[in-house]
Amino acid sequence: MPADTAAPAPTHPDGPADPVRLHVVTGKGGTGKTTVATALALALAREGRRVLLCEVEGRQGVARLLEVDDLPPRETEVAEGAGGGQVVALAVEPRSALLLYLDTFYRLGRAGAALEKVGAVDFITAVAPGLRDILLVGMVYEATRRRVDGTRGSGGTEPEADQAPDPAHGGAPAGGPVPWTYDAVVLDAPPTGRISAFLGIGDELATLAGGGPIAGQAASVARLLRSPATAVHLVSLLEDLPVQETVEAAAELAEAGLPLGLVVANRVLRPVPPVPADAEVAPALEEAGMAAGPAREVAAGVVDQGAARALAVTAQQRHREALAGLGQPVADLHQVPGALDLAGLYALADRLGEQLP
Amino acid sequence: MTAAAWALDALLDDPATRTLICCGSGGVGKTTTAAALAVRAAERGRRVVVLTVDPSRRLAQALGLVDGGTAEPRPVAGVSTGAGGSLHAAVLDARATLDALVDDALPPERAAQLKRNPVYGSVAGSFSGTQEYMAMERLGQLREAALSGEAPWELVVVDTPPSRSALDFIDAPARLGRFLDGRLVTLLRRPSTPRAGLAAVPAAVAGRVTSSITGGVAAVMDKVLGGALLRDVQALVQGLDVVFGGFQQRALTTSAALAAPGSAFVVVTAAEADALAEARFLLERLARDRLPTAALVVNRATVLAPGAAHLGAEEAGRLAAVLEAAGHDRAAALLRLHAELALTAAAEAAAVQGLLGDHDAAAVATAAARPVDVHDVVALREVAADLARS
Repeated sequence: MPADTAAPAPTHPDGPADPVRLHVVTGKGGTGKTTVATALALALAREGRRVLLCEVEGRQGVARLLEVDDLPPRETEVAEGAGGGQVVALAVEPRSALLLYLDTFYRLGRAGAALEKVGAVDFITAVAPGLRDILLVGMVYEATRRRVDGTRGSGGTEPEADQAPDPAHGGAPAGGPVPWTYDAVVLDAPPTGRISAFLGIGDELATLAGGGPIAGQAASVARLLRSPATAVHLVSLLEDLPVQETVEAAAELAEAGLPLGLVVANRVLRPVPPVPADAEVAPALEEAGMAAGPAREVAAGVVDQGAARALAVTAQQRHREALAGLGQPVADLHQVPGALDLAGLYALADRLGEQLP
Repeated sequence: MTAAAWALDALLDDPATRTLICCGSGGVGKTTTAAALAVRAAERGRRVVVLTVDPSRRLAQALGLVDGGTAEPRPVAGVSTGAGGSLHAAVLDARATLDALVDDALPPERAAQLKRNPVYGSVAGSFSGTQEYMAMERLGQLREAALSGEAPWELVVVDTPPSRSALDFIDAPARLGRFLDGRLVTLLRRPSTPRAGLAAVPAAVAGRVTSSITGGVAAVMDKVLGGALLRDVQALVQGLDVVFGGFQQRALTTSAALAAPGSAFVVVTAAEADALAEARFLLERLARDRLPTAALVVNRATVLAPGAAHLGAEEAGRLAAVLEAAGHDRAAALLRLHAELALTAAAEAAAVQGLLGDHDAAAVATAAARPVDVHDVVALREVAADLARS
């Protein structure tokens, strides 16, 4: 692996870095994939690195977590990384993606108005979500392979080409290749139920479009997604359905040749010591100053809660084994009591950073 | 909580209640809630069918929805029928539903041809969106069957697809209508000018004047998509036009019925920020469209054990420290756990309250988080009992 694809700028002296530049985060709905994607972006943004965090479902979950205004459909600096880097966020939105796409690749910026007039934008962004998907993935692809001078490389899939940017676009400076605009891109992707279709959209369209112009674009996207520059991280809760979906998604992704990354077990419960009987707890509470009646009631309550927790922890351990069986590293993120605030989010980022391969 | 309690049993017992729709973002327990409401209604004497979208394998087993053919409602075992009710369940099969629509609308040869179109396979199989349209179609079919009196059910409970926006389900007919009536479809229905490199213009439409706008769009689409794909899309749109015409008629009827008395929307959420934001969006949208919202269900909430419910997080933390100092480590651990749970319960209550804001007209029902997954009729019965109690 040539150094340039992974550690493009001399500002990153910490040796040969991770070859992964595009981190795709998916998970069943409700598993906290947006939280994990955001924490991952914070974790990757260390020591001067710039990380782009992309949201594609219009939920504005990233803005809510980072306690900033709703994200516009353009790249916006939103947070300082856990280790002093910079997180830039982008709400990828199909309408503006389509217009940008037409403008950038076909110099058809003005066609947008005509498309809007006949309802083609509606068609592409709502009725034919397959086209919407390719626009969303295409935007992320574009950001991944962009260099600081505005030229584009292959995004890390083709080291040779990346080493020597097209001289027509200004060429490489004497000191080496032009650095990437973003050291890493984190994509808060659609849920696992849709992830293979979403990431496979490049193949689907490359086949369907049979050599048309969109086919070429789709094939490039598919190449990046299959390369070692991409990792698909699966977020799961330690519960039946999320684990079932994670296992299924892992199989689907493997079959599609998409590189799996981490499996993140989210909201893991901390085990409790063996639960004592009411008869042990009630006198202890009395000793701590509680009246006999309330002590008995509280003891019964907390013992019930302890027993329920022990049961839940056992169930979680069984589910965690199923995740470990996938053969990928499993990162644990513990349940955060109360509401998740910024401090809690940075703590999750630290935990995740420690568990990155 | 300022919101009213949910008079669930009154709603289920009212024979005028004919349709219950559970909606909310993915992973909040819509399917479980739909199944729990269906079980309770059936055990209280209603003849019920529940349409689930994506049940977990074990919940599907509990509902008898395994071994193929699950798209047609089947009787569910283990539900008490003492009150004269019954429960049927089915799983939404979007592909089969769309195939059936095509078969109904077109002569066999054209139907087969359409189903062979490569773009049809994509639309039916992998592209998102199809599920929402087909959920609407299935709901319409089940309602029609109920109204005709031929089906063994008279109350339809539906789970909705875990879409990016839960509203896609309700929006489907309107969105499709906008599309079908739009000029793009007119354009796609009519093979375009030879200049754009498309199929030859049939005699019937050759005389029509293509406006400069549509001509320009054809050129753009040809340039971006390529001629082959555009031809497949055109063939598909021409074929689906008839199919969707019929679909849209039914979807509009269903839509109108959903706004009428007898239908009730249940917005399901988890007590965390993202799900609550979706729920708020949904409540607002339902109110704006004057769709009848029955309740907000807060699923898998942190509920303290009755004896300890009044003990706050801070006091529990203080007691834990005292117990630790006295060497009662195991009791102290329980108090620490209680402090954690009390903190979470308070944060959840505040988040729900924050969501409701000016929506405090909506009744709120809470189902407690369970230490193990819900995957049998007994557990479904308990979830419903929670909802009826709150």
